[in-house]
Amino acid sequence: MIQFDHVGLRYGLEQEVLRDVSFDIPAQSFQFLTGPSGAGKTSLLRLLFMSLRPTRGQIRIFDQDVLTLPRADLPILRRRIGVVFQDFRLLNHMTIFENVALPLRVRGQTEEIYRRDVFDLLDWVGLGAKVNALPPVLSGGEKQRVAIARALIDQPEILLADEPTGNVDPQMARRILRLFVELNRLGTAVVIATHDLGLMDQVNARRMILSRGQLDLYD
Amino acid sequence: MTDTKPKLPATRRAAPIVPPGSIAGQALATLIAIMSFLACVTVGGVSLVQQSAGTWQSQISREATIQIRPAEGFDIETALVDARAIAAAFDGVRDARIIDVSETTALLEPWLGGGLDIEALPLPRLVVITIDESSPPDFSAMAAAIEEAVDNATLDDHRTWVDRLISMARTTVFFGICVLLLVLAALLLTVVFATRGAMSSNHEVIEVLHFIGARGGYIARQFERRFFLVGLAGSTLGALAAILLGFAVSAWGRANVTTAEGEQLAAFFGDFSIPVSAYAGILLVLVSVSFATAATTRWTVIRTLYEIDEKRADPSL
Repeated sequence: MIQFDHVGLRYGLEQEVLRDVSFDIPAQSFQFLTGPSGAGKTSLLRLLFMSLRPTRGQIRIFDQDVLTLPRADLPILRRRIGVVFQDFRLLNHMTIFENVALPLRVRGQTEEIYRRDVFDLLDWVGLGAKVNALPPVLSGGEKQRVAIARALIDQPEILLADEPTGNVDPQMARRILRLFVELNRLGTAVVIATHDLGLMDQVNARRMILSRGQLDLYD
Repeated sequence: MTDTKPKLPATRRAAPIVPPGSIAGQALATLIAIMSFLACVTVGGVSLVQQSAGTWQSQISREATIQIRPAEGFDIETALVDARAIAAAFDGVRDARIIDVSETTALLEPWLGGGLDIEALPLPRLVVITIDESSPPDFSAMAAAIEEAVDNATLDDHRTWVDRLISMARTTVFFGICVLLLVLAALLLTVVFATRGAMSSNHEVIEVLHFIGARGGYIARQFERRFFLVGLAGSTLGALAAILLGFAVSAWGRANVTTAEGEQLAAFFGDFSIPVSAYAGILLVLVSVSFATAATTRWTVIRTLYEIDEKRADPSL
């Protein structure tokens, strides 16, 4: 599904934040991406999501070389990837329902088509009773689940989550993790960037450990 | 068979993708309203001057005057009748009218006061000739015929005044158009910069839409539509204020038409009614401002998306 081959990333003229990173993410797999703060987890996730371009090496996503991919084709490829941002990036003027439906709305679908799917998904993440609430009145955990629902609404082939439990208590963290595991069972590949060892211990999954820009894999 | 699907909760009508009524958007609408007001007032002013200049020119060139100077033992009344007859015989003359003693007295009253004994003064007398503007008479031939047949008579076809007025009117309209162009340039630049300022508060929305897979054209359309309406609302408000000001000045002019100031202003600008060309100009301002706002918005969105993708290439940017 995604292949990294000797990928390097450098910001300007500074030393590389990622060096010779090579791995692949198979379909329907589950992995944690971890490492100390500043190790490059977010940079690696941004490479996976094509919001950054590597300074060297090759990245293939869904059999497309991202270095030669035209800008106009990026939105189409991104639609196959769900992303949960660390800071949620919810639109505060829209209700939970509208935020979650947004990816379908921008693809031109009408509310009649997606209405039931959005409600089902919000039920699934435990927010069925708050569909008309606006993000500013939600707790961190609720916002996190809205962000997850928005990432999943268009049934992506892979879900990328950046510190999805960073703003919630341990009980909510376990609940969110269970959502990811269930999603994976349904066929979506999952990559969770986290430095929460307790969270990783709850699931037997591959660990991708970044340290000083280099990646080690533990299957 | 009954439908077993549970009833879904009610939701509000979907909010627009672009956040409505931000402070920046309101400030932009206010700024556009102010600048549109100034532009529309300028358009109205230039149109009024242009119309008035045309009227002055037309009024003066529509008439010519035969002046007969008095002299010792000279029968001025007979001379007036002869001059009038000669002028009336020319093609292109609609009417020739002798200004009688009482009218002459009335004309001089503002300068010489009332109770004037005009017979005691050696004043010239006039014959006013009304010209067919579409086919004016041969003034040279008329002047020669009058001066040959009537002693002390001269023909003034107002050509000197008309030429001066044409020159003055053209200069006035030229400067008016220059001022208008400057105001329009300032308006468009203000719209461009204010729109970019208002758009900067929407950077995050653009980024979110971009990352959830919205195409650039779709994002641009959402913002374009919203800011077009902001531009239209602002410019309409400014234009309405300018039109109301025009009506107010016109009403003031009508109310003061009997005063000395009112008479002077009416002589220059008529009744201050807004010319049709001014309405056309105001409409043009409205359309230009709305489209300039929409075009700037589109450009800003495309530029923002380009910058987001440029950071892909060099994250240190």
